[in-house]
Amino acid sequence: MVYGRSDHGRRPVEPVTLKILVAGGFGVGKTTMVGAVSEIRPLRTEEMLSEAGRPVDDVDGVEGKTTTTVAMDFGRITLDQDLILYLFGTPGQDRFWFMWDDLVRGAIGAVVLVDTRRLADCFPAVDYFENSGLPFVVGVNCFEGAGRFPAETVRAALDLDPEVPLVMCDARERESVKEVLVTVVEHAMTLATRQREHAAAITT
Amino acid sequence: MNDAGQDQQHWFDGEAGPVVRPYAMTRGRTSSATRHRLDLIAIVVPEPTAGDPGRDQTLSPEHVEIVERCSASPQSIAELSASLDLPVGVVRVLVGDLVEDEIVHVTRPVPPAELPDVNILREVINGLRAL
Repeated sequence: MVYGRSDHGRRPVEPVTLKILVAGGFGVGKTTMVGAVSEIRPLRTEEMLSEAGRPVDDVDGVEGKTTTTVAMDFGRITLDQDLILYLFGTPGQDRFWFMWDDLVRGAIGAVVLVDTRRLADCFPAVDYFENSGLPFVVGVNCFEGAGRFPAETVRAALDLDPEVPLVMCDARERESVKEVLVTVVEHAMTLATRQREHAAAITT
Repeated sequence: MNDAGQDQQHWFDGEAGPVVRPYAMTRGRTSSATRHRLDLIAIVVPEPTAGDPGRDQTLSPEHVEIVERCSASPQSIAELSASLDLPVGVVRVLVGDLVEDEIVHVTRPVPPAELPDVNILREVINGLRAL
């Protein structure tokens, strides 16, 4: 019986859940990246728009359509019995920004995945995270055959803040993706520590 | 007449979309009565004191399904949405009902604008490296 665990009068450990977002243009490899480290096949969850009366759902050009679905792919990594990390691939289209607000809330940070052949595709994501203040790193997905540019060239092209980490990665490789995620968490930690010190300096 | 009935069986398929409009399951409600918006990564945990949900006549089959899935192992709102093939908004309303009825409770992820504990972040880094 599934309720057996409560027989001991002890509640099962309730896990702490955290999330990291994976953003970037369409087809840049977001779901591949999630799948490379997830213990489950990336799942897809959908949200229906307009029924909920979202005023920002811009249906220009598709006026005949009354509902839209936005799909997000996500994966899970159980780091410890009581610590679960979820990875969410963000919906690519600009008009779904409001969904990002929901995703960003409580997130540790984000990866903006970049394909150097279509650099401009990642601009909206970079802008969004710069404005929202969510710690993010840029991962340059080195596809086979994709021209490799020096990190500094990509950094300059993206006009990145000097403190935003930029790493070369392969979204298909587990080890590579792990390193990118570690970079995100380390960057979030650096920013959090600085914020705390800053707050302490003001109060003293 | 019989022919018409036969045709009906094949009239819809997976691509035609769900036969029941999703928000019919929530009786048209698009937001739940709970005070807090349920986060995608909030974990749904059945209350040990709650009885067999299948016997509760006030619950819909979808409510029962959620409780049963989470009894096997607690799941997040996002996982429930994916495994039940229901929009996140619908799952939020249904889980909200269960919270109101004290059949389940949900874990609160990190509140907005609050940074996770540095110790937890360190644990995450170590956990990722050990994968």
